[in-house]
Amino acid sequence: MKRRDARISRGRFLKVMGAAGVAGSTLSVLACQPNTSPSQGGGGGGGSEEKQLNLYNWSEYVAESTIPGFEEQTGIQVTQDFFSSNEDLLAKLQAGGSGYDVIVPSDYMVSIMIKSDVLQPLDKSKIPNMKNLSPNFRGLPYDPDDEYSVAYQWGTTGILYNRAEVGKIDSWDAMWNPEFEGQIAMINDVRETLGAALYRLGYSVNSTDQEQLQEAKAALLEQKPLLRGYFASTENRPLVQNGDILLGHVFSGDAITAVIENEDLEYIIPRPRATRWIDNMAIPAGAQHPGNAHKFINYILEAKVGADLSNYTYYGTPNEASLPMLDKELTELPSFNPPDEVFDRLEVIEDTGETTREYERIFTEVKSA
Amino acid sequence: MGRSKGRGWSLGLAGLLGPVAFWLGLFFFVPLLMILAYSFGTSGVYGGITLGFNPTNYLKVFDPLYLEIVVRTLFIATLNTLLCLALGYPLAYFIALKGGSWKHALILLVMIPFWTSLLLRAYAWVVILGGNGLANRTLQFLGITDEPLTLIFTPQAVTMGMVYSYLPFMILPLYAALEKFDVRLKEAAQDLGASRWQTFWRVTFPLSMPGVIAGSILVFIPSAGEFVIPNLLGGSRTVMMGNLIQQQFLNARDWAFGSALSVMLAVLLLGAILFYIRRVGAEKLEGV
Repeated sequence: MKRRDARISRGRFLKVMGAAGVAGSTLSVLACQPNTSPSQGGGGGGGSEEKQLNLYNWSEYVAESTIPGFEEQTGIQVTQDFFSSNEDLLAKLQAGGSGYDVIVPSDYMVSIMIKSDVLQPLDKSKIPNMKNLSPNFRGLPYDPDDEYSVAYQWGTTGILYNRAEVGKIDSWDAMWNPEFEGQIAMINDVRETLGAALYRLGYSVNSTDQEQLQEAKAALLEQKPLLRGYFASTENRPLVQNGDILLGHVFSGDAITAVIENEDLEYIIPRPRATRWIDNMAIPAGAQHPGNAHKFINYILEAKVGADLSNYTYYGTPNEASLPMLDKELTELPSFNPPDEVFDRLEVIEDTGETTREYERIFTEVKSA
Repeated sequence: MGRSKGRGWSLGLAGLLGPVAFWLGLFFFVPLLMILAYSFGTSGVYGGITLGFNPTNYLKVFDPLYLEIVVRTLFIATLNTLLCLALGYPLAYFIALKGGSWKHALILLVMIPFWTSLLLRAYAWVVILGGNGLANRTLQFLGITDEPLTLIFTPQAVTMGMVYSYLPFMILPLYAALEKFDVRLKEAAQDLGASRWQTFWRVTFPLSMPGVIAGSILVFIPSAGEFVIPNLLGGSRTVMMGNLIQQQFLNARDWAFGSALSVMLAVLLLGAILFYIRRVGAEKLEGV
């Protein structure tokens, strides 16, 4: 069995930075540099780039064959570093001179990055494999003309639960059921957890309506006494697997790993609606090797490469040409491959602009209660 | 002769202090000034900051929500300091005065946890206290409980984790202070008719005051800035100032407010320490 922790904490807090302390974390936000130091020259995207590519990715988010395959095909040496939250990634790019050529931000972060001018437009003539992308993953609201980003992998956020103990569930109501007091855990992420409350109330995950947000806050305050805590998705999975909790709020790839290992567990995309998230490849404005970056993006969009990725991470592929090559054990799972009627009730998290701080305040208020 | 010798010495001193002054200036003082400047700025919606004079960031700290977090943080840090003192003092006393030839080995044991990162040690507690963890299995094996107990992700687990993490910072300065203690003073006090209790409170404890003060400061400051343990062992159900500052910088993209909170935290800590030294320490220190 593969042992890996895909998408370590899409949740926004940086446990990994932990011990650094407050001063340390502040400093690293201001001053972090990647541990690779790209040598000078070869900028500007001409044909004379050195054979080097600096990839900044979520950890364990490529298959074992992905990078060696690219290096073999192109002779370009790949250096991969990892980030643990979209906010980390943004802070690093905003501090300038990140030195990365390809980054993998999620949906709402792509639009924030576009608005903050930290990405460069893609030259689509250099990415012929874009034809493989499913129409479902083009022209998404965060990048309506596909100018800056290409979908990498996608997944959903739902509930991993112990069906043998809980019985069949199908909606967010289960996460508010007093019967399971102390056996529920949510994701420590404003948008996902406030989002779950908004979905349950029948609102949009991108609501900026004050009354709706206040209702969602009340719902989260009502839910808090039932919770074991707010954790990263990768932490909720083992809590459910070990029987510490019965219901965990998790990302699909984490959940599917657990479901394949233990048939008592089930992953559902709750009613009425749930989140579909998409991680994307993009090129930072100051990238040193934009030519190589385009080659890498094009390589990822090859049918076989895309299929290998998903077969390893258990997350969905936006690549239509990859679909026939996916493992059967995955494609048979409705949670991996949601039918159209389920897909239609999935919503993509968008940037909420000024309201972001209101979201943050509400979440602080709930956690602090 | 004497003059030139003096100059040579001060050049040598400059040579020795120069690197550290440069280091602290660049990586401590300059960032501190940046935080101060940021705290009066205005945050952009997408992060970044416009400098200026905008005191509203500080007014926001007095929002009841944030004020509550400030008060809670100071409470947790104080509680942690008192618990560390209560647990650390007897141990330091024992090692320093009764340790004999085991002294060095015992103090080494106190320091061993430093060889592993705090993060790993906190994760170890998650494993030990979990529903299926070592603690619960042992309790069930001994028949003390049938059902696994909820040991982790509670406020008690946070307190336990903080005491565990910071206890050595209390023990080491206490040990240093008590080790220098002249046992003959104790004998003298007893010869003069003091009870053991009186001897401790009127002789031993006052003489160990520098250690108490140093230990308390070393525990209090990092406790007030703590943000890992409430997340790891508390399930993020408790928000401390450290968590709040981190959220402001990253999630809320409000660097100005985050900076204002950081400045407030620094001012509060400085104030608390000055108050503490004046009230508790000064005359005791003078007595040494």
